[in-house]
Order: sequence, then C-alpha cells, then structure tokens
Amino acid sequence: MKYIDSAQVEKKMGSRLLKNMFAKNIFLLATLIGLVVLVVLIYRVFADSIGWIDFNFLTNKLSTDPEKAGIMGAITGTLWLMLVVAPVTLFLGVGTAIYLEEYAKKGKLQSFIQTNISNLAGVPSIVFGLLGLTVFVRGISLGAIVLAGGLTMSLLVLPVVVVAAQEAIRAVPQYLREASYGMGATKWQTIKNVVLPAALPGILTGVILALSRAIGETAPLTVIGIPALLIPLPDGIFDKFTVMPLQIYYWTIDAALVAEYANLAAATIVILLLVLFLMNSIAIFIRNKFQQRF
Amino acid sequence: MEKTFGNEEKNLNVQELIAKNKSTVSFGNYVEKLIPKALLLIATISILTTLGIIITLLTETIEFFKDVPFVEFFTGTVLKPLGQNAQFGVLPLLAGTFISSGIAMIVAIPIGLMTAIYLSEYASDKVRRFLKPMLEILAGIPTIVYGFFALTFVTPLLRSFIPALEPTNILSPGIVMGIMIIPMVASLSEDAMSSVPNSMREGALALGATKLEVTWRVVVPAAISGIVASFVLGISRAIGETMIVTIASGSTKNFGFDVTQSMQTMTAYIVEVTGGDAPAGSTLYYSLYAVAMTLFVFTLIMNLIARYISRKFREEY
Repeated sequence: MKYIDSAQVEKKMGSRLLKNMFAKNIFLLATLIGLVVLVVLIYRVFADSIGWIDFNFLTNKLSTDPEKAGIMGAITGTLWLMLVVAPVTLFLGVGTAIYLEEYAKKGKLQSFIQTNISNLAGVPSIVFGLLGLTVFVRGISLGAIVLAGGLTMSLLVLPVVVVAAQEAIRAVPQYLREASYGMGATKWQTIKNVVLPAALPGILTGVILALSRAIGETAPLTVIGIPALLIPLPDGIFDKFTVMPLQIYYWTIDAALVAEYANLAAATIVILLLVLFLMNSIAIFIRNKFQQRF
Repeated sequence: MEKTFGNEEKNLNVQELIAKNKSTVSFGNYVEKLIPKALLLIATISILTTLGIIITLLTETIEFFKDVPFVEFFTGTVLKPLGQNAQFGVLPLLAGTFISSGIAMIVAIPIGLMTAIYLSEYASDKVRRFLKPMLEILAGIPTIVYGFFALTFVTPLLRSFIPALEPTNILSPGIVMGIMIIPMVASLSEDAMSSVPNSMREGALALGATKLEVTWRVVVPAAISGIVASFVLGISRAIGETMIVTIASGSTKNFGFDVTQSMQTMTAYIVEVTGGDAPAGSTLYYSLYAVAMTLFVFTLIMNLIARYISRKFREEY
C-alpha cells in the first residue's frame, strides 16, 4: 500500500511550481529594469559628452559660445561651497549626535529633537531653498553668495550627518567608556579621547555621503537666485557663485535655443558623476579600512 | 608613612598631589559643566531650522491670504500669476503634482516591491552583493541628471510610441521620477522583509508551500507595515521632487488630466517664480510661500503617516 500517490502530488504541484518559476523570473526581470535604466542613462550621458570634455572645458570660464564654454567657475564654486558645508555640518551634526547619544536623558526633549530631525530629513529640498532665500539671502542680506548657499545646504544635509554620527557613536561599545571612567577620566574626556576616535570612521563616512548629496543638489540653489551666466570665478565665501548641477540645469533648459548646450550639460554631468563616484569610493574605503569591529 | 617611587627618590604625598591638581581640576569641572550646555545649544539648531521653516512660510502665507481669499486659492482652477487680473488658484499645481507623483508610483511600487522580493527571497548572496550596490548607485544619482535624462532621452523615446506627446509633458518626468524612487521603495521594503524571521518561512515551506506562496502569503503580510510605509515615503519623495519636473514638464499652468500635456507642479512653480525675480512684497512673491506651505504640509502629512504605519502595525517577532 502506498501512502503517497506521487502521480497525484505531481498533478497538484506541477502548476504551483510552474507559477513559482514564472514569478521568480518576473521578479528578476523587474530587478533588472533598474539596472538597465542605469546602464542606458550612463551610456547616453557619456555618448552625448564625447568630444566635449577636454582640458579647456575644465579650465575655461563660462561663455555663451559653446566652443569656448568651460566649467572652471562651477568647479571652484562647488569647492568653495564644500568649504562652507563640510565644517558647518561636521560641527553641528557631530555636536547634535553627541548630545543625543551621550548627554540627553531619555525623555521628552531627546525624543522631540530626534523626531524633529527625522521630520527635517523628509522636508523637500526646495523648501530649504526658500528658508535660505528668506533668512540668509534677504533676512541678513548676504545675497546669493557662497556663504548663504553653504549655510542653506548645511541645514539640508544636517539630518544625514546627525543620523550617521549617532549610529557611529552608538556602535562604540559601553566597556570602552567604562574602562575610561575606571581610569578616572571625566565624561567629556571619555567622549573626546575614547568615543569620538572610535566613532570617527563612521562619522567621516556620513559626512562624505552628506557632502556628495550637497554637491548634486540643485533645487535649493535655483531658489536662492544664482545667475545663469556668471563669468567671474569666486575667490572666497563672500563671492557670488555657481555650481555644477546648476550649470547642467541652465544648459539643459537652454538647449532648446542652442543645441550644443545639451552636449555641454552632458559633459558636466560626466564630471559631476565622476566626482560623486570618487567621493563614494573614498567613503567606502574609509568604512572598510578604518572601521573597527568591536 | 612615606613611600618612594621608582628611580626618582622623591617623596610624594597623596594629599599634596591632590592639592597640586586642584587648579587643573577646577578648570576641568568648568569644561565638564559647560560642554553639555554647548552641545544642547548645537542640538537646538535642528529645532530652530524647523521653526525657521514654519515661521517663514507661515508669515508670508498669511500676507498672501490677505490678498487672495483662502477658498479662492484652494478651489481656483486658474493660475495666472502675471499680468492684469492675476488669478491664484492652486488646483492646476496640485493636479500636476499628484499626476506626476501618481505616474511615479505606478512605476515605483510594482517594480520596487518585486525588486525587494527578489533580493530578499530569491536572490543568492552572490547576486545580492552585486545588485544592491547597483541600486545604491541608482539612488545616488543627482536628480538633475534624471531631469536631463527625462528631457533628452525618455521624452523622445516615448514620442516615437505616442506621437501626440508634447516636447514637455508630465508623463516622461513621472516615469523617470518613478525610476528614481525604485531604490528607495526596494531597499525599505527589503529591510522589512528581511526582518521576518526564517522560522516563519521554514514553517510554511515544511507544509509544502512553494517559494512564491511563502513570499506572498507569509513574508509580505508579515512585513506589510514596512512595505506600505516605504510606498508612502516614496509618494512624499515624489511630491517634493523638483528638478525632474522643472526640466521635463515645462511651465503650462493648465488644469487638466491629460498626461501628454505640459503641466506644472508645486515645486516647479517655486523654481519658476524665484527664477523670475519676483519683487518682494508682491502677491506673486507671497504666492511662492503659499505654494511652498501647501507642499510642506502635504509632505509632512505623508511622512507622519509613514511613521504611524510602521510603528502602529509593526509585527514584533
């Protein structure tokens, strides 16, 4: 006597297994869609930029003549912007994270600040642009200078740094702190000499990721009023400036007038993507090389 | 009793040592008390930012509603901010925003969810290690690049299928926005599905279920709160997205539902008006803040809903 009728099982299972196989392939296909788009996008951008990226393109100033136009202004503008955003976000982000992780008592204030930060992360970037326009550009009359743009960007990417720094600080095991207290160190000495050095790789990774977000961000800067054709190079944080994403934006919308602007936009995108790729590689390198596992 | 330490034939007294260190200790105490206060001050910057946003938007929005009645703003189907007889109805912008976000979610929800299922349930470790960084790259591409892609590639491509499509239209940026959101939906949903314990999968498998049945009847229902929260966050992201729609959808302020036409979203309107140097104090200038306030409230509500869903309906294992 047979307890299992294998023919019967086969009959029942056949269609279900077929469905499973079919679904698996559909899921794989869906996953590949993202990949295909990525490849097409990068291919298109590179194809459009061929012949447009050369030494002159990197070192020339802006020009209405597509043959002469270069992105030196946008590159220096981006660098100056980062010189504002990096220290400001590092200071504010790490300060906030230390407070939340080490000093704040679990309670209303701490959870209020925490909720507030996660809400800020969800605010559209263009709203930050309006904040920057109202407070920094017009409120304290800075004008559309690097400092105003940098402070706006800093507030925008602050949640990224805070969350990354918090995670890094939280990952430092308690016994390291206790050992430090045991040696007679005070709380601040412990944070300064034990916690922060151990959390540094995680914090730096977060800061670099935040900076790469700031480098690619366009919307807040369109709002604070940066001219489409700014020829002089910025010499400091009090000068007017433009950045790569904005240059891409203006060239893309003006491509209806001068077709070659589309190539200039593509060429700038290639440079921007290379910069972002480099920054992310550095972040990954720091994470893998210096991150200690406790 | 006196003790000697090491080679230094020096007499040391503990009490003297403490007394000697007193001066530095008092400075240390001072720092120790000051630091938490300074850090609290830094931490309040984030609260000040939120307050700054709300106060800025609110004060100028109130000015706006002195010129344009509240009801007219939210029920007006005509947006004609320039020239004589300017009219400020927000409905055209709301239509543009929700249609583009809707298209984006039609793309992002199924593909994002299927990607998450594949990565979490079907893919081998090796495949996952290759695919996840790819999705992260897709997520890291600046939106301006997607905008360029929408205008110069996707629109011409779509026009070869749909000849009636205008050079600037809401369909193409909607689709590209959806692609931009796929990684977000996929990674948040995958996180939710990965946290479903294996014992539940094994239980279902032992009863003879196929992998698809396990996924669909056990894993997805168990992770549903995280999955739905990822959809809501995706919508919020789509509503707030600016550059793709600004570039690829033009600035027509018609109230309609034809996706082949150019439409303006709330975000694109803000870019257009600030780019045009609206004189401070004009109704046009204030309209900027009224639109931004509407946008802010919508995204805030979406984010709160997402948090509520993921907290309230989370199944704990």
